[in-house]
Amino acid sequence: MTIHQTDLSRRSILKAAAGLTIAFYLPPLAKAQTAAAPAGPFAPNAFVRIGTDNTVTVLSKHIEMGQGPYTGLTTIVAEELDADWAQMRVEGAPANNKLYNNLAFGPIQGTGGSSAIANSFEQLRKAGASARAMLVQAAAEQWKVPADAITVTKGVVKHAVSNRQATFGELAQAAAKLPVPTNVTLKKPEDFTLIGKEGAITRLDIPDKTNGKARFTIDINEPGMLTVLVAHPPRFGGKVASFDDAETRKIPGVVDVKALSSGVAVYANGMWPAMKGREALRVTWDESAAEKRGTPELLAEYRAAADKTGIIAGREGDAVGALAKASANSAAKVVKAEYVFPYLAHAPMEPLNGFINWDGERAAAKYGCQFQTVDQGAIAKVLGLKPEQVTIDMLLAGGSFGRRAQATAELAIELAEAAKAIGPNKPIKLVRTRDDDIRGGYYRPMFLHRMKGAVENGKIVAWSDTVVGQSFMAGSAFAGMIKDGVDPTQVEGSNELPYTVENFQCDLHTADVGVPTLWWRSVGHTHTAYAVESFIDELLQEAGKDPVAGRLELMTKDKSKRLAGALKAVAELAKWNGPEVGNGRARGVAAVESFDTFVAQIAEVSIGKNGEPRVHKVWCAVDCGVAVNPDVIRAQMEGGIGFGVGHILYADLPLDGGRVVPKNFDSYRSLRINEMPEVEVVIVKSSEKPTGVGEPGVPPVGPAIANAMARLGVQRPRSLPMVPAGRNA
Amino acid sequence: MAAFSIKVNGKSHSVDVLPDTPLLWVLRDNLQLTGTKFGCGIAQCGACTVQMDGSPLRSCSMPVSGVGDSEITTIEGMAGPETEAVQKAWVAREVPQCGYCQSGQVMSAVSLLQSVKEPTDEDIDLAMNGNICRCATYVRIRAAIHDAAKTLKG
Amino acid sequence: MRSSVMYAAALIVGGLCAAAPMLVATNAVDRAVAATAKDGLEPVESFNAIKDQRARSVALFEEAGKVIQSPRCLNCHPAGDRPTQTEAMRPHIPLVVRGPDGFGAEGGLRCGTCHHATNFDPANVPGHPEWHLAPIEMAWQGKSLGQICEQLKDPKRNGGMDMAALVHHMAEDSLVGWGWHPGGDRKPAPGTQAEFGQLFKAWVESGAVCPG
Repeated sequence: MTIHQTDLSRRSILKAAAGLTIAFYLPPLAKAQTAAAPAGPFAPNAFVRIGTDNTVTVLSKHIEMGQGPYTGLTTIVAEELDADWAQMRVEGAPANNKLYNNLAFGPIQGTGGSSAIANSFEQLRKAGASARAMLVQAAAEQWKVPADAITVTKGVVKHAVSNRQATFGELAQAAAKLPVPTNVTLKKPEDFTLIGKEGAITRLDIPDKTNGKARFTIDINEPGMLTVLVAHPPRFGGKVASFDDAETRKIPGVVDVKALSSGVAVYANGMWPAMKGREALRVTWDESAAEKRGTPELLAEYRAAADKTGIIAGREGDAVGALAKASANSAAKVVKAEYVFPYLAHAPMEPLNGFINWDGERAAAKYGCQFQTVDQGAIAKVLGLKPEQVTIDMLLAGGSFGRRAQATAELAIELAEAAKAIGPNKPIKLVRTRDDDIRGGYYRPMFLHRMKGAVENGKIVAWSDTVVGQSFMAGSAFAGMIKDGVDPTQVEGSNELPYTVENFQCDLHTADVGVPTLWWRSVGHTHTAYAVESFIDELLQEAGKDPVAGRLELMTKDKSKRLAGALKAVAELAKWNGPEVGNGRARGVAAVESFDTFVAQIAEVSIGKNGEPRVHKVWCAVDCGVAVNPDVIRAQMEGGIGFGVGHILYADLPLDGGRVVPKNFDSYRSLRINEMPEVEVVIVKSSEKPTGVGEPGVPPVGPAIANAMARLGVQRPRSLPMVPAGRNA
Repeated sequence: MAAFSIKVNGKSHSVDVLPDTPLLWVLRDNLQLTGTKFGCGIAQCGACTVQMDGSPLRSCSMPVSGVGDSEITTIEGMAGPETEAVQKAWVAREVPQCGYCQSGQVMSAVSLLQSVKEPTDEDIDLAMNGNICRCATYVRIRAAIHDAAKTLKG
Repeated sequence: MRSSVMYAAALIVGGLCAAAPMLVATNAVDRAVAATAKDGLEPVESFNAIKDQRARSVALFEEAGKVIQSPRCLNCHPAGDRPTQTEAMRPHIPLVVRGPDGFGAEGGLRCGTCHHATNFDPANVPGHPEWHLAPIEMAWQGKSLGQICEQLKDPKRNGGMDMAALVHHMAEDSLVGWGWHPGGDRKPAPGTQAEFGQLFKAWVESGAVCPG
């Protein structure tokens, strides 16, 4: 099985019919197919294409950046189609928000919020089922037998009574002539042969990712193409005042230099001349409007803000009153804690990049595009085109973690501006280096949580959490999500607890800082889970409760049931017997719902000889409803845990006078194999609708580690990362 | 610009590039061997790992002018029992996620198994910690290397 | 590992670099400044005024010690298996170890995986054809200058060199010489290799007395 990344935009095989997701098949345009991808002839809808060679190609509306949607979406179609897994193929769908919008986002095509499987499940089941119905109907008409006497198993359409059978490929042309059924019956879950079945499928993208054949945007090399690097201002908000490119132009291979709104672009034949050319560039920056505060200044401001109550983002009872009462009551204990979270870069292995070919009338872009509709609009605007004059082919992306899902389309704008600046018919590949990536902004925002809680007679009677940080929704295409001054992504996980606490308050101060920020794998939960799950642990410790039993006691809300289930499952998996395990090790637990997926984790930690926490093992229980691809779910839990561990322990992005201090993996420390814990995952059996797994593995691991550390007699880490830069590795 | 002749995957290639051009960009931009990836440019991430005379090498920190007569092997040119065992184990364990770092991971793993037949976890740490995987596929990388070692042992 | 960094910090704070206080500017922004700062060695003659032969010998070694204890030298004379790096002498990232021959772990990350025949500044990677770690018996990190001095004189712990060979090594060896040509933003070892060699030779000739 392979992935075919062919030039879909030029093939124009799909055309929306009056806004329906069912499309007509149009023959390919002149372009010959270079890859082995078979065309039609049977394209019953926007997602499924069946060739006469008996291959079934699923068009994935979601980008494959490691989380497995190519395989997951294909599994769903194959299931309802009763296809043989060996005949399944997958391709990235082109930009078309009428056909390929994310049903969780509205009229926007894009991937994010761990929504790929969740929003596609019913849609692709129907797509697969309608294709199956048409194949069956074609066979029935050919064989002149009733359709309901025909079975389909592993890609073989069969009429047992007359002992006739045909492959999908053999029926494709006939099926293509039939009307698309308006109503199809979906399989009963108990009849699934692929969904949720261990070992039933293999990931489609794996083989090419082990032999160097997988093609990413950075691998594009088209005739006449120029490589473009852009010099960006050293401080966010800086602008080009003037530049001197005399030295740059002396470098062999440099072709041109142009100013863009984001910086100065160097065009060259290949990456090295572009890098050297940029290095030689002398740019004078206008920093009059640039952000010049550093991390210490911002922290001081955040702390001052947290002294006052912000906009209420969640409230039950009277936390302020209860805390005041507890302070005056010698039998009660008031616990205070402040948690500080740094800016974080996503640092996907493939730094951001993009290819575009603009001929003055149409633009054809291809890259690891995660927000097609937003990017398409942005490119069109820059180039003075209509969105439908801009095609975007979605390529494999070397990681994203949120970075490629751009509310501001900053990359697409830069790409289009670079194309516009040098003029039409000059295909360009815009590339960013790791330094550009680490220093380029769009970070997980810096946050501060000021927590207060009261414990009386072994009971948590009050909880307040004052949150301070930036909103990346503000001023973006998603500003409409901000309600009453609260951007939900700032407080998700904090403004409503899975625990029943009589007097509860969460309030928010939105900081105005010129550092561009963005969602980062698990978004608000990256900090709220750490604050909440650390603080509940501290309060339970104060109350003399076991971290697991104490949490379960407080999970009395209806909506906490599945989280409690995950917590019980992980306790069983790890044979939880309290946090103390001896041998210099301790265990910590955390349980977090994010993106409608429920994850509980237990981390076993010791303090290494070098003083760093050493995470030995993480046990993980996940309830994501119907588990479409169990092995992909496990992989996402493992990866999410590693992603969490690395950032919680090591990742810091301090600003010095507005300038980002680290610039590459030598100074923005990433998790390495020797620091990766062992991971054991259990998937909680569920018949609920499937939910995402790309992000929910991340949030619990940080607080689980912190809670273990607290039981090792070291200070609860209140400022992240746990191992500050400059301290020893 | 200057002309250099380098041996890559058993073939000689002549390229006309700046002498300080890292081997990485010669492979990618001049020879179109794009399996070797750029990840950091400062020998911190291992995505650009190739073999030079059979030993692993970060192609981003080696100028083309320093290659001389050495034999370079990229992921595209890898063959032999260790390569086959590693790639098979990678597929069986479904190691890659985004996959971008995996050429480098495979190169390092093959190089390890070529010199240490039954690597311990510590051997794996020492050989593989120079390869960053931001998706953190490390659990499976470790398991797959052990699997490959078992396959090779027969 | 931590102790060595604390030790290095103590050296800086403790005045070893007091003659050139601007050198302590090691944050990222000032690294380039530090790298180009004048950071010399006192010439051998300036020790002539010290009448006491033993005291003069000690003083000469202490001057040479500015080189020996510079991060350029200490980073590859670690007390454990793992070298350090940067001016802050943090543990080398990625994790690399001495290995059986000083050139890295077998099958693992060999020095030559990243470090090649010469410094390669575009990748910020220093290089030398013989780039490797000093053997464990030559560990300097975490030791006082006096301890390092005794160790240097001990053929069992100096690679079997007699004093003449040692003088030659310090003054002529090209890997030692890298310390003055470290490339990138790295701060070179103080003075020049020739000056260092002269100090070392004068110390040997003055009786090779170690600091107490």
